[in-house]
Amino acid sequence: MRDLATLTRQALDEVAASATLAALEEVRIRWLGKKGLLTDYLKSLGELPAADRPIAGAQINAAKTQVQSAIGVAQDALESASIEAKLVAGRIDVTLSGRGEARGSVHPVTRARLRIERIFRHSGFEVAAGPEIEDDFHNFKALNIPADHPARAMHDTFYFPDGRLLRTHTSPVQIRELKKGRLPLAMIMPGRVYRCDYDMTHSPMFHQVEGLVVDENVSFANLKATLEGFLRAFFERDLKMRLRPSYFPFTEPSAEVDMSCAFCDGAGCRVCKHTGWLEIAGCGMVHPHVFAAAGVDGERYTGYAFGMGIERLAMLRYGVSDLRLFFESDLRFLKQFGAV
Amino acid sequence: MKISMAWLSEWVTSGLPVRELSDRLTMAGLEVEFVAPAAPIFDGVVVAEIIDAIRHPQADKLKVCKVVIGDGAEDRCAPLQIVCGAANARVGLRTALAKVGAILPGGTEIKAVKLRGVESAGMLCSVEELGLAETSDGILELPTDAPLGATVRDFLSLDDQVLELSITPNRGDAMSVRGIAREVAALTGATLTTPDSSTVPSGFDDAVLTGRAAVNLLATTACPRFHGRVIVEVDNTRRSPTWLVERLRRSGLRSISPIVDITNFILLELGQPMHAYDLDKVEGPLTVRLARDSERCELLDGRTVDLTRDVLVIADQVGPVALAGVMGGQRTAVSSATTRVLFEVAWFTPSAISGRGRRYGLATDASQRFERGVDPEVGIAAIERATALLLAIAGGRAGGVVTVEDSANIPTSSTVSLRINQLKRLLGRAFSEHDVISLLMRLGMSARASSPGVLEVEPPSSRFDIQIERDLIEEVARLTGFDALPTSVALAPKTILAQPTQRLDEQHLLDVLSARGYHEGIHFAFVDPELQSLMFPGMPSHVLSNPIASDLAVMRLSLWPGLLKAALENQRRQQSRVRLFEHGVVFPVDEPERDCIAGLALGSRWPEQWDGGRDSVDFFDIRADVEALLSLSATPGAFTFGAASSPALHPGRSARISRSDRTVGWIGEVHPRLVKALGFVSTPVIFELDIEALSVVYAPHEEVSRFPQVRRDLAVLVDESVTAAQLCEQVKTAASSLLRDVVVFDVYRGQGIELGRKSVALGLIFQDKDRTLTDIETGRVIVSVRDALTTGLGAGFRE
Repeated sequence: MRDLATLTRQALDEVAASATLAALEEVRIRWLGKKGLLTDYLKSLGELPAADRPIAGAQINAAKTQVQSAIGVAQDALESASIEAKLVAGRIDVTLSGRGEARGSVHPVTRARLRIERIFRHSGFEVAAGPEIEDDFHNFKALNIPADHPARAMHDTFYFPDGRLLRTHTSPVQIRELKKGRLPLAMIMPGRVYRCDYDMTHSPMFHQVEGLVVDENVSFANLKATLEGFLRAFFERDLKMRLRPSYFPFTEPSAEVDMSCAFCDGAGCRVCKHTGWLEIAGCGMVHPHVFAAAGVDGERYTGYAFGMGIERLAMLRYGVSDLRLFFESDLRFLKQFGAV
Repeated sequence: MKISMAWLSEWVTSGLPVRELSDRLTMAGLEVEFVAPAAPIFDGVVVAEIIDAIRHPQADKLKVCKVVIGDGAEDRCAPLQIVCGAANARVGLRTALAKVGAILPGGTEIKAVKLRGVESAGMLCSVEELGLAETSDGILELPTDAPLGATVRDFLSLDDQVLELSITPNRGDAMSVRGIAREVAALTGATLTTPDSSTVPSGFDDAVLTGRAAVNLLATTACPRFHGRVIVEVDNTRRSPTWLVERLRRSGLRSISPIVDITNFILLELGQPMHAYDLDKVEGPLTVRLARDSERCELLDGRTVDLTRDVLVIADQVGPVALAGVMGGQRTAVSSATTRVLFEVAWFTPSAISGRGRRYGLATDASQRFERGVDPEVGIAAIERATALLLAIAGGRAGGVVTVEDSANIPTSSTVSLRINQLKRLLGRAFSEHDVISLLMRLGMSARASSPGVLEVEPPSSRFDIQIERDLIEEVARLTGFDALPTSVALAPKTILAQPTQRLDEQHLLDVLSARGYHEGIHFAFVDPELQSLMFPGMPSHVLSNPIASDLAVMRLSLWPGLLKAALENQRRQQSRVRLFEHGVVFPVDEPERDCIAGLALGSRWPEQWDGGRDSVDFFDIRADVEALLSLSATPGAFTFGAASSPALHPGRSARISRSDRTVGWIGEVHPRLVKALGFVSTPVIFELDIEALSVVYAPHEEVSRFPQVRRDLAVLVDESVTAAQLCEQVKTAASSLLRDVVVFDVYRGQGIELGRKSVALGLIFQDKDRTLTDIETGRVIVSVRDALTTGLGAGFRE
């Protein structure tokens, strides 16, 4: 049986010497295959006396098991080495950028407008629109601004030869909506408006959003609550608001809306010119003449209206200091904005 | 409007610090924009008299002056030697001396210096150097009785504040010291003091001369009241007194002559514009009438304006001598030689003056007041006060006041009813009758209860803006203070709103394009007419009558001109890759405004990166973007792309996008001619879609089959002119309902294919929803598809 021990050692040495899975397989076939050396050795068992066979058989099987398990261990080792080698070879530079298109952006004025729309929609307001080329009736007369009214001087109007004009504010949409007679109503009307004025702080085209609520007992107190709530929601700050009496032909009483400066919380800074206040909107109770022009019963209904410049809100929210940047489509500017 | 605190305090003394007073005014609707000192800080400047002035030995334009700042025997009477360059430096002049050590505005300290070898112990100052005016033409001229040695600050009472107010168009009554004083009194409860305006007795008895102040009122609805007065023997060469010059200066007006200064003073103080004519230049009696056709008038500012028949004028026998309520004429203007003056104090109906000045580019102090409305009852006080001032300053004798009027056309204060419960309804807070009456009384209104809960209110003559109940409600709110009114809940009608899916949510459009690398731009809706007609020749546009620039003169017919201009600007800014889109309306003539979305791509397919995408963007890249937009409609299959040409696009690389035979958009490479003309370094690909075409209509969904699908591929040889759309259409027509889909998965030209032909690889996918298809069935369909392609499109097949 010395032979068996020698053979076993020899087989184990060969297993240990196998550097590849293929070599290992060869070793397995040579020793454990159908015609393998240990298999042959087992076949020679018949030559032994019957009494010796069980012991010898057990010894040979133990030797086979020993070699088998050595091969198994070696195989696992070689396989994981091979995977390891593949992983090393397959390594990529994950710091390179992703392939394909990069994200674009949505304009800050649009983003501000959609934010305004969402805030009001969630509060039960509808969103309405109207034409940008308007007539004198909707843009002026119905809004209590007759021809030659001094307030017209505040609206530098673009005209067309036929007397029509580019709307100077979104207020004509109020008239168009009121004329439909669906009362009560609560709506906002965002849109582009035009004034022929072009300098550092004026653009000949800009955006406004108009708000209008008409019901049987709408009061100034509701207006105050709406504006205050909106400003807080829009700027996500606990802002203060104050209303200064002012004059708009289409509302009475009318007010300018100031909010505490979003940059210094009212302490005074460059943005608010050290007043602590920022002028942000105009508002008031719908003037009886406007109701009359739109065919609304002013004895039954009351209403409030407000208007804001969207660029102004966008400038404050996104910290843009030059109005003109909004209309230049400079990609270096636009790329700073995301999509929501 | 600027008024000084010193002037205001002659009318009302509130006792409030200027800051607080301006806050109170602002919060009552009379916005104080600035509070500025009447003069900047300076010190050490005193009244001095020039007692000697000789030419500087070394410089023609300089004078060596001797000045004194005292008249006793004290030290300060010792003459000081000052070198001065002012032309008006002359012996006997009292002026401002900045002594050695004086600090001028801006912090300059005056030192003893040598000027061209001559010592100068200080500086004689102009109004400009003292910060009292923007310009000056010489050193300050003070009255001969100005006390020598007194500080100029004290002498001119410069420690005063100036309020700059922004008055809203409804408050014509507040455009004066008197008006602001009334508001201060109403807001603070202080007492109003009215300066003396008692009758100046007539100083001569010449009925003819006095009668020259009687005008003919021919347009009595426009001018129902005219007070005139003749004053003779006036010396208009005199200088207006310092107090008057300073009042005007603090309100932003320059002193001209006593007559002009007084009319300006009355306008500022009482809000009543006045005019003064040189009576000797007026030909015959004056008439107030509407202008006649082709009449002209040369105005005080030197311009000659063409008048129209709705412009009110004051005319003499020769023609118009003033644009009523706006500006006087040159021909009858007063000058230093004027000795006989005719004062005009008229009341013009606001609608007769409104907008007239603006037509000629004039917004004068007078027109601003008349178009907002002047108190019709203040005229007599104005003319009396003006007369008294003129006699005091420039001497003369006054005739009697001649009033011509048509009282029927003069507004009288009518009573306005106020229902107390309306205050609660509009303002959200209840007011008692008593509180309302006392609030209104503070504004000079009388109010009494006519029936329970109803007040009859009579406003003063100055407040003819008060016409309806709402005007009174505003006054109550304003005086109460908006901050003192309650804030309740944000009230909106509580109904669930319809949510029509048909109208596409704008956010989705923005999401699709921004996710695909486009940046949103917003461009002016008026564009360059030249570019627009290059892109859309022969198409009419809306043309603005008053564009801000000639290249922003027509309304856009498409979003493309704006996008192309923006892309060019970005190219100029070294942005080689541009992807922009815009969402906005376009303005076709004779059609409603159309809501559109358009995009432009220029440069490489992908942003510069390490692997691929370096090719220039082409039609098919952008078509994919457009298809992504179309897929928002839920029925992308309803859209077709057909070869078509538009002048703006490359004729072989452009397509019309249609939905049920209606054109809903365009896509294509920009026409090479346009690319060259505009100076693009590579070709932009552009598209535009009508938003309305994307309206979402949900098709009912189809059941998904559980049975396997079968794919059969065909390599079809056709002429180049046969389009993919034609092939697919032919396949769909010929195949049975078992065909689920057909895809083009390759287009090949070149080796093995005849010139002028191409091989198009089609994948046909079959499936039935109830069973597995057999080879025989699909084979049969393929045979009929092949037959149809051969006969219909002259197709051959590669095996």
